[in-house]
Amino acid sequence: MEVHPLLQVQELTKDFGGLRALDRISFTLNQGESLGIIGPNGSGKTTLVNVITGFLRPTGGRVRFRGRTISGMGPHRIARLGLGRTFQMARPFYHLPAYKNLVIPLFSPRVRRLAGGRYGDRDAVAIDLLEEVGFERDSFVPFKPASVLPHGYLKRLELARALAIRPELLILDELFSGLSMAEVSSTVPIIEHLQAQGITLIMIEHRLRELFRIVDRVIVLNFGRKIAEGTPAEVMESEDVKKAYLGSE
Amino acid sequence: MLYLLGPRALPLILLGMGIFLAPPYWKKVLVNTAIFGILALSWDLLVCTGLVSLGQALFFGVGAYIAGTLNHYWGWPWWVTLPTATVAGGLLCAGILAPVLRLRGIYFAMVTLVLPLMLVRIIEATKILGGTEGLSGLQTFPSSWVELVLSLAAFFAVLFGFRRLMGTDYGLVLQGIRDNDRSVLSSGINIHWFKAQALFIAGATGAFAGAFMTHTYMFVGMPVFALDYSILPIAAAVVGGMGTLAGPAVGAFILIPLSEVLRALGALRIVIYGLFLVVFIVALPEGLFPYLSRKYHQFERWVEVE
Amino acid sequence: MFLGTLVYGIVNSVILALVALGFNLTFGISGIANFAYGALYVLTGYGVWILLNEVGLPLFLAAPAMVVLTAMAGALLYRVVLIRLRGMAISEVIATFGVGLAVLEFFRYLGFIGFEYTLPPLLDGSLSIGPVFLDLQRALIVIVGVTLTGVLWLFTHHTRLGLAFRGIAQDEHTAMCLGIHSDRVAMFSLAFGGGLCALAAVVILPIGTISVDAGYDVLLEALAVCIVGGLGSAVGVIVASFILGLAQTYTAMYMGSHWMMIVTLVAILLILTIRPSGLFGKQKELEERI
Repeated sequence: MEVHPLLQVQELTKDFGGLRALDRISFTLNQGESLGIIGPNGSGKTTLVNVITGFLRPTGGRVRFRGRTISGMGPHRIARLGLGRTFQMARPFYHLPAYKNLVIPLFSPRVRRLAGGRYGDRDAVAIDLLEEVGFERDSFVPFKPASVLPHGYLKRLELARALAIRPELLILDELFSGLSMAEVSSTVPIIEHLQAQGITLIMIEHRLRELFRIVDRVIVLNFGRKIAEGTPAEVMESEDVKKAYLGSE
Repeated sequence: MLYLLGPRALPLILLGMGIFLAPPYWKKVLVNTAIFGILALSWDLLVCTGLVSLGQALFFGVGAYIAGTLNHYWGWPWWVTLPTATVAGGLLCAGILAPVLRLRGIYFAMVTLVLPLMLVRIIEATKILGGTEGLSGLQTFPSSWVELVLSLAAFFAVLFGFRRLMGTDYGLVLQGIRDNDRSVLSSGINIHWFKAQALFIAGATGAFAGAFMTHTYMFVGMPVFALDYSILPIAAAVVGGMGTLAGPAVGAFILIPLSEVLRALGALRIVIYGLFLVVFIVALPEGLFPYLSRKYHQFERWVEVE
Repeated sequence: MFLGTLVYGIVNSVILALVALGFNLTFGISGIANFAYGALYVLTGYGVWILLNEVGLPLFLAAPAMVVLTAMAGALLYRVVLIRLRGMAISEVIATFGVGLAVLEFFRYLGFIGFEYTLPPLLDGSLSIGPVFLDLQRALIVIVGVTLTGVLWLFTHHTRLGLAFRGIAQDEHTAMCLGIHSDRVAMFSLAFGGGLCALAAVVILPIGTISVDAGYDVLLEALAVCIVGGLGSAVGVIVASFILGLAQTYTAMYMGSHWMMIVTLVAILLILTIRPSGLFGKQKELEERI
């Protein structure tokens, strides 16, 4: 039996009208790896995530997850296979308490299947999940409505929401954006803990210093093209990358 | 205890008194109110799921015509046609709207606005189901008591049932689709399937209202798809408070009796509904129910808190 | 026979385009779906009628006066109601729908029903195109329709206000940063939509009677054309009105006039099911479907 890499992205292309947002992007990702995707604003990072997770239909190329072609599937079917993602803009269900926010993803058919056909006590699972991402268990915080939580907690709530479906591959779209230094450094161990559990990661990030501590490999996008791939150190040596970040000439 | 129970029990008590004290004419009005209340609740359930319908008359009319047809052509009694129309109406409405479930916002609203109008014209053009004449001489309820009790019971069952439903995890998912459908999708939940279920529930509820009205008036015809049945639920919900379920119920109990009082004004009634819509949506967008309940909760508690 | 139907089909298409232009302009600029549109149309009709028959103004004064007044009614609708509801699409729809309903039913209440409510044609007489006779009023409709489309194109591409309109249509926030007063432009968009609607009413209504129900039909027709063509797309409106106009005329010809509206409504449903952004709408595609 052939062993497939967890995720294969092959020649992925996406056009918006006349604009080519992604231009024949290819990469593979093995089980347990962590990949960073960086690039200047507008280079196509979020589009790439949206295409992989099924929110956008690719113009060309395909995405395979465990050898199975997932491009063209609806986002909910892709999520059920074990692909979780966070959104750049955390938009929680504001009027619900934080833990009730997680009850909705815990309603996912995937959760029931993994638990052997039963849902179990969703409220209890939700509170456990919140503790995992750094909500203080014995405080009122998990029971507060999401509308009063500070931004740092909302980002972590978003992370917990993605974790609720117990993903095999987790895509984090700018999880650190808008967080203070202290919040970032308290979030990094949470992510490292996820890596230790064997969850494969894709991180889109502008905070390169923190990113490079976490990921093994980096892809650099610019104008929809992949301009470099390698370990963090290799990538930062590349002339193309310097040009992309510092401007040409 | 009284603090919590008061607002819930009060309308029940008043209504109970109403049932016994009201003159026959107002009993009829009460039935009407309950039926429109049910229709308004069915509208509000869709709002909770993020679907705004401008054509609740579709649900109402489908139910009315199913009940009317079954009774007229096959002579089925009312206690068979009511449940049949409810279930079949729900299925039919969900089926009709299934292809447009991807639509949101005003696009969905436009489809629902168009559908009842189209059905009317099709009935008019093809002369099926009685054509412009409608089907008359249908079976009515054995007594006005049965009618009144059944309609009020159905109304409260729908009201409290929907309120309860929205508190469950299933209801949270429906509301989640309204607030942030991308987030729900990325959890592996098929939002179209959930929306279809919501449509079925709302469609069945609306169809029940229509079927009930058919048997009350012993008639079904093209007016069941009329604009009144689309506007009144919206007006009731806007007045009472959209998306709260209790709001539309309150709104229906204000608007329908009011419209009976204004019956003498004829066509001016619809003008008044229109103005109600505008005034409330501009001046009190949250609606009466949330407003009043907010004020109520600002009172000191009536009970000692230990 | 066939040629005659074609000519009348083209006239019908131009009527649809005229009716839809104003609705489309308002939506295209400010994103407001003005469901009071049909009411504005009927308002113009009855307004002109009242000015002619009760006040005694001549037609060449009454018609322009009502166009201006209707445009002001549109602006007023924005200033009083819509400005408080900006950004809440559903509330906008419900509010404009409520206003339209109130206006239309008020006319019904006042008893404006019957065949005496007609407007005199602006032009009398007829001309012949080969074997087909066409009255001058219908010819005028075509001329007005074509001219108006041309003028609108020039306006939106070559005047400051027109360019501001297009700016707002593309990105409200960016336009605001560039010093375009978004509320004022939105108000203008409603006034313009209302004015166009009134203009359409003044030229179209003489070929029939003014009725309250026409208000609902006009709203539906405007919606149909805009949805089929793609909301906010000018090319779409023209193409869609020809598709619908010809389809309507031929169905009326071969199946009876009952089916005319059904064709329109079916077209709305089909387009929304298959391609919600319409034939020519592109930008909204992402937002409206997942």
